[in-house]
Amino acid sequence: MRENAWSSGRGGFDPRVGARNRPRNFWRGMMLRKVIRLISKSHKLDPGRFLHVGTRVSQNVAVGLDAQVPSEKSRTISRTQENDPAKHGEQHLCQHYSIPLEELKTIFPHGLPPRFEMQVKTFSEACLMVREPALELLHYLKNTNFANPAIRYVLYGEKGTGKTLTLCHAVHFCAKQDWLIMHVPDAHCWVKNCRDLLQSTYNKERYDQPLKASTWLKNFKTSNERFLNQIKIQQKYIWNKRESIEEGRPLGEVVEQGLNRVKNASDAVGIVMKELKRQSSSGSFRLLVAVDSVNALWGRTTLKKEDKNLVAPEELTLIHNVKKMVTNDWHGGAIVVSLSQTGSLFKPRAAYLPQDLLGKEGFDDLDPFVPIQVYNYTPKEFESCIQYYLENRWLQHKKAHTEEGKKELLFLSNSNPWQLERLCAHL
Amino acid sequence: MAAPWAPFAATFTNFLFIRGRSGLARSRVAWKAAATERRTVAGTQVLRLIHTTSPTQKKNVATSGREECTVAFIKKQIEEFNIGKRHLANMMGEDPETFTQEDIDRAITYLFPSGLFEKRARPIMKHPDDIFPKRRALQWGEDGRPFHFLFYTGKPSYYSLMHEVYGMIVDLDKCSDHLRAKGLLPQKKNQDLIGSRWLIKEELEEMLVEKLSDQDHMRFIQLLERLLTLPCGSTEEEYIHKFRRAIPVQSKTKLIEPLQYDEQGMAYSSGEGKRKTAKAKVIVYEHGSGRIKVNGIDYLLYFPVTQDREQLMFPFHFLDRLGKHDMDCTVSGGGRSAQAGAIRLATANALCSFVSEDEVEWLRQAGLLTTDPRVKERKKPGQEGARRKFTWKKR
Repeated sequence: MRENAWSSGRGGFDPRVGARNRPRNFWRGMMLRKVIRLISKSHKLDPGRFLHVGTRVSQNVAVGLDAQVPSEKSRTISRTQENDPAKHGEQHLCQHYSIPLEELKTIFPHGLPPRFEMQVKTFSEACLMVREPALELLHYLKNTNFANPAIRYVLYGEKGTGKTLTLCHAVHFCAKQDWLIMHVPDAHCWVKNCRDLLQSTYNKERYDQPLKASTWLKNFKTSNERFLNQIKIQQKYIWNKRESIEEGRPLGEVVEQGLNRVKNASDAVGIVMKELKRQSSSGSFRLLVAVDSVNALWGRTTLKKEDKNLVAPEELTLIHNVKKMVTNDWHGGAIVVSLSQTGSLFKPRAAYLPQDLLGKEGFDDLDPFVPIQVYNYTPKEFESCIQYYLENRWLQHKKAHTEEGKKELLFLSNSNPWQLERLCAHL
Repeated sequence: MAAPWAPFAATFTNFLFIRGRSGLARSRVAWKAAATERRTVAGTQVLRLIHTTSPTQKKNVATSGREECTVAFIKKQIEEFNIGKRHLANMMGEDPETFTQEDIDRAITYLFPSGLFEKRARPIMKHPDDIFPKRRALQWGEDGRPFHFLFYTGKPSYYSLMHEVYGMIVDLDKCSDHLRAKGLLPQKKNQDLIGSRWLIKEELEEMLVEKLSDQDHMRFIQLLERLLTLPCGSTEEEYIHKFRRAIPVQSKTKLIEPLQYDEQGMAYSSGEGKRKTAKAKVIVYEHGSGRIKVNGIDYLLYFPVTQDREQLMFPFHFLDRLGKHDMDCTVSGGGRSAQAGAIRLATANALCSFVSEDEVEWLRQAGLLTTDPRVKERKKPGQEGARRKFTWKKR
């Protein structure tokens, strides 16, 4: 193999090689690829396919297209152009669909897992795989009857099977359908690693977390801008002796108040949640409550009061308010929730069932709910994932596209998505 | 019963003592006090156990070990050993005629139980040839003149052997000339030499009771090879066989278990393996999809570290059977890496039943079928660990 600009992957270029040192074929290859992309857009075919065409200049573009199209159909297709979750159906199973980056910023200011965010930054595109549990959940959401009380859907499964991303898929769907989204990215964040616990002014028993509340309010504002002016509060709230909010003011002002006065942020969160719960029943908007790692609400905390006693989760304002949201005494929306052992405190690693992670109290509180189990990859999904990585040129190992390499990866990761992602990071 | 026992006991204890003393003599020679006595009382044995105070180097081997070198002494020891063997057989109630060395060993461990860890320090009773090292008999007479004509070469036995072999070569040359003239050359047969090897240097040294160098050994083997090229008679062949040893056949020592069948008719095979303190038992099913359970838990949860899972993967990957078998394992002891190694060995042993002979040989050569002999080394007193010494302080 010639050690030159082509040595890093077929069709790729080595950024270390300067522009002048690139072989002649390189620029012609680039032109070829641009032409191919234009053509592929018009044919609505995947541009990634044609990177394998090669750099031989003498090859006619049309000839290249004709030669590639029949062999494409035999390969597993790992992408789909259908970017609207509402239209995802059985035929889109195991395929990746991409979310435009602008939408990503508005819908998911804080919802995505950190590794996924890194992947988005690397590939400069956000692609989610359409999987069965997600389709099931979307089906339920599409057929919700808004007159009935909100149904709770609990996503559970072993570690690293894709619960959070399935939740994000559902959130994306609801955002497209113009629901109001209340997304709590990780309830575990609120029960540990908090330096600032303030005693709440509203209720002496409880404790506030100003910083966390204010970050959440900021993200909430980014994701639901348009609703903040439409929804009006229905009760007067007094912050302190000098400040208060009248009835009929838009919700945006509550959020502003919370952001400006950090001390009142947790109370602002509480007010927002109460108002939304009350008003979603009226039918002007539909509410989706999405809470990740919901088992934090009923577990233990690692936070301590000044007299070194442990704080119970009920004594935290934020947790208390979220618990109220998760009860199904309101209608006009849905509650989608996922469990997580990864950030949980004092739970064994092997625990993944709802009874184990929620505890008796939590299970009783959430009962009745619709459980949806998320599994490891099926062989088809695994194949599709590997194909996606190969297309983005993430797997640079020689053996990565051979059958033996795929079998090795399958064995080592046991089809677990999290494990597979970590393994592929090395390759 | 005391009376018949007493003389026997005396000879017995004598024998054991002598063995003990010869051990001492081998390592710490030159009892200065005893040496003078010995020269005056040549030929008889001094049976008093004299405690040595100063261990010295091995000088004056010929003078200080003189009592052990005598042939008469060895003969007497052999007689005493045989008598003792018969007495021992009588004591144990067995037939003295068919009393083998293993029976002797068993009897001694029964009669003299020892708690010592070092096996070589326990009481043993063996044939004197095994105990006393072969020493050269005295090589010069009373007048100081050496017996052997090649004594002053320094290696008389080696050179006399070379001389003998060369003499044979010369004779055979003459014979073969005669035979070629008559046209009656016998055919060369090489089958006797297959499956055997020449003596190595250590074995030759042991045979000749002399120190040799590598070049000496090489020259000797070259001479023997030259002898082989000539047409040999049967006497020559017998002579050559003295210098050849059989090679043990190595690769056929692995026993391959046959496949077993369970209730549903699925073929399975089991294997065992261990590494450090971990022991593993594995059942590999013939048809499956690559599901593996360790102690009832999925292997992804049991071995979160990728390195351990790579160890599990190795036997399957080597035989190209990655997704084809199901496996159930039970493992205990050791740490995470030891358990992974134990399961790997057990898997390789189990897979031998599914696989052809060639592939078993490949597995053996890849090192998948050998138990790793490394165990934790013992901590020594005066050191912090097995190898680490305490911090050295200059003051």
